[in-house]
Amino acid sequence: MKKTAFILVLCIGLLLAWAAKDFPAWGDPQSPASSSPVASHFIANTGVDTEVPNMVTAVLADYRGFDTMFETVVVFIAGLAVFSILRGGPKSRTRDREFVVDFEPDLIVTNTVRLIVPVIQIFAFYVLAHGHVSPGGGFQGGVTMGASFILIALSWDLKTALARFPIERCFTVAALGIVIYAGIGLLSLFLGGEFLDYAHLAKIFPVSPEMARYHAMLGVEIGVGFTVTAIMFALYASLSTDGRMRDGL
Amino acid sequence: MGLELFNTLILCLLVVVAVLSLWVRDLVVAAVVFAIYSFLMCLLWAEMGAVDVAFTEATVGAGVSTVVLIATVFNLKRKAKD
Repeated sequence: MKKTAFILVLCIGLLLAWAAKDFPAWGDPQSPASSSPVASHFIANTGVDTEVPNMVTAVLADYRGFDTMFETVVVFIAGLAVFSILRGGPKSRTRDREFVVDFEPDLIVTNTVRLIVPVIQIFAFYVLAHGHVSPGGGFQGGVTMGASFILIALSWDLKTALARFPIERCFTVAALGIVIYAGIGLLSLFLGGEFLDYAHLAKIFPVSPEMARYHAMLGVEIGVGFTVTAIMFALYASLSTDGRMRDGL
Repeated sequence: MGLELFNTLILCLLVVVAVLSLWVRDLVVAAVVFAIYSFLMCLLWAEMGAVDVAFTEATVGAGVSTVVLIATVFNLKRKAKD
């Protein structure tokens, strides 16, 4: 059985390798991705339409905003699903784990983490807020922020981290992120535009339509950051404790 | 030339690491090997100029997903059966 599977995998691998020779060469200017009119439209018009230097963020949060909104919803649903599946499992499982957790948090580790967690969180805010200008944005900033809470849970214990960010608040914050995103979209709908057409926000804010799109992208990224931060931590908390929310790693 | 050598080296390492992650029996080691895979991918994305993707790969792939995988492995049997 194992041999059959190996031969099958080898055949599929060879098939894929054979198909890969039809791909365009690296950096080929004639490749379909580079020569499509959509790509050149974005390259030519992003700066004019939105004044955002980082084209990737503009495409992600503005031109393709509907897609990113539902990506955020997917993250939220994934976190909710992991939480509810693990929470709903049989509670009385006594599983002998191969590793016994030291009860006392280590002095050197906790003090190092005490020093670097604020730096990580400030960096996360920078990545989030600076996502238009430099690489970064809501997803990366949110994951970095969530990682700082995971670091607290790893170096002390899950109880310490949950005291700072309770699991109920995780899901409230995650839902709030989606509400922020959809709220900005709906606001532009009520102002006479289409859903997520941020240029119409210029009617109520004292900015040009281009800068309205610029700032609305920041708002949207903050919404994404909220959701991703909370869900990353909730995922860790659920998975490391098998849904019991106590005595983690 | 230098860049081509760099790419070739990383792509060869990627294949080695991908096979290694399936080959090792210890699931914690497999999770760490996955983190190495993510870091190599991150280098490759950054070299191709896709810095946003590289950033996401570094944070999600190498950072949080490794922690989540290890957290899960600790609640399972650590050694794979076959």
